[in-house]
Amino acid sequence: MNSDLWILGTHMTPFRRQPDLDVVDLASQAALGAMKDGEVGIADMDILACGSLFQASAGLGQQLQDQIGQTGIPVYNVSNACATGATALRTVIMSIKAGESEMGLAVGVEQMGKMGLLAGASRRSDENVYEPSGRYGSVMSVDGILGTNTMPGVFAQAGMKYAYENDGVDFEQFAKVAQKNHAHSTMNPLAQYQKEFSLEEVMQSPMTSYPNTLLMCCPTGDGAAAAVVVSGERLRSLSTEQQKRAVKISASVLTSDPYVEDGQVQPDVNTLTRNASTAAYEAAGIGPEDLDLVELHDCFATAELIHYDNLQLCESGGAGDFIDSGAPYRNGSMPVNVSGGLISKGHPIGATGIANVYEVATHLRGEAGDRQIPDAKVGLTHVIGLGSSCGVHILEAAAV
Amino acid sequence: MTEENTAPEQIPIVTYLNLADPPHLKAQECKSCGARFFDRRNACASCGGGSFAEVAVSSDGVLQAFTIVHRAAPSIPVPYVSAIVKTDDGTSVRSNIINTPADVEHVTLGMRVALATYEVAEDDRGTKCIAFGYEPSS
Ligand SMILES: [Zn+2]
Repeated sequence: MNSDLWILGTHMTPFRRQPDLDVVDLASQAALGAMKDGEVGIADMDILACGSLFQASAGLGQQLQDQIGQTGIPVYNVSNACATGATALRTVIMSIKAGESEMGLAVGVEQMGKMGLLAGASRRSDENVYEPSGRYGSVMSVDGILGTNTMPGVFAQAGMKYAYENDGVDFEQFAKVAQKNHAHSTMNPLAQYQKEFSLEEVMQSPMTSYPNTLLMCCPTGDGAAAAVVVSGERLRSLSTEQQKRAVKISASVLTSDPYVEDGQVQPDVNTLTRNASTAAYEAAGIGPEDLDLVELHDCFATAELIHYDNLQLCESGGAGDFIDSGAPYRNGSMPVNVSGGLISKGHPIGATGIANVYEVATHLRGEAGDRQIPDAKVGLTHVIGLGSSCGVHILEAAAV
Repeated sequence: MTEENTAPEQIPIVTYLNLADPPHLKAQECKSCGARFFDRRNACASCGGGSFAEVAVSSDGVLQAFTIVHRAAPSIPVPYVSAIVKTDDGTSVRSNIINTPADVEHVTLGMRVALATYEVAEDDRGTKCIAFGYEPSS
């Protein structure tokens, strides 16, 4: 069994609409970029995991091999909601931990085009005779009648539940999250948006699902990210330069929802995130106070605010005060989403759970250029997908 | 037998809405741990138990979370208020806040609400689909 694991190379494509490329091109760019970054090649890989929410069933991993090298290694096509990328990464990590592989490649990719996140089927108009169907015996689509199925709405309700339980969290505090992340994104050339907005502009942009305005919702887009993972033993046989740039994976955790009473009517994004972060801190032997930066799953501004609490970055119930204090801004005590986050960097779903690893690793290597967080040594990444699945990774700079 | 004779006058939008007088929600309650479910069950998500009893859910409760939806799929009228209600007997329910303007002046966290039903639409046989929502109560 291998005890220590490292990110040897990592890469992400720009996140934006890329209609001239297909999903295999995007995955290839990320995969080739990550291997080049780690100064290794496809022949060095013992395993490939390829994550894509919408395209995993098309054998994308094998299509990727067809473009970058068919070496006969095992391929795992992975789909796990918004935690798809983190799950692909963790698939490679588990294989190396188990001693089946020494080095592997994890790729996350999504091509969403103009796909919306409003979900919820349109009500059918050709419905002539009501017949109960499905697990709830519904006679028509209930979206918009028995509450909302839209993502902005579901995450708005999650934020409002937090507001109900913790008096004082308000619209403006939620909006500050988006103001911060849009401002951060102006320093990230790979971000889908790179435009700053005032707090007033965020609050006055068209309302999507109160309290989330349009500027508080992540865009859909195309993109890919990849990482090469290596065992410590194999890393020590590589060059000094490769060892210096390697980033240690101190914790890799995946959780799903434990039962909660209201889980059947409102996805619980809190408990599994809290459980994942607790397990990750324990595995890494650190606490939240040791983190230099965090990339968390801000699919909507309301989500980021409650994850301050779930990841234990602030005192219990204190997420509103935390954003007011300036702590999560890039010059604050706990920089959160200095990449621009999903809200401004973009959210090609399968890529997100590796793109956050790319961001943190780049800071830990001191290679983040203008947006570098000075002396960053430890960082945390978090993704959560409804359904639910939550991935948390803690990364540390090489000691050499 | 003609169609008029077989078509029900009304039908609930979901099976867990009981249109008896007064209308109320019903749930499958786990006999081992008391967890309640609105869907068809194979076993209990809380304890794994396999036997359930049908129970009536309280129609009164408190508004614990809401969102005012302004953008939705094209056929859904907006704005509307989606809500999570905790009933007085401790069951969480999701539905719309109805019979109330969709704004934060009229919809507030922690307000008391009560279940109400209304007709959504009618099918070709003249069967009315009945849905439920929650309206402010005192
Ligand atoms: Zn049970």
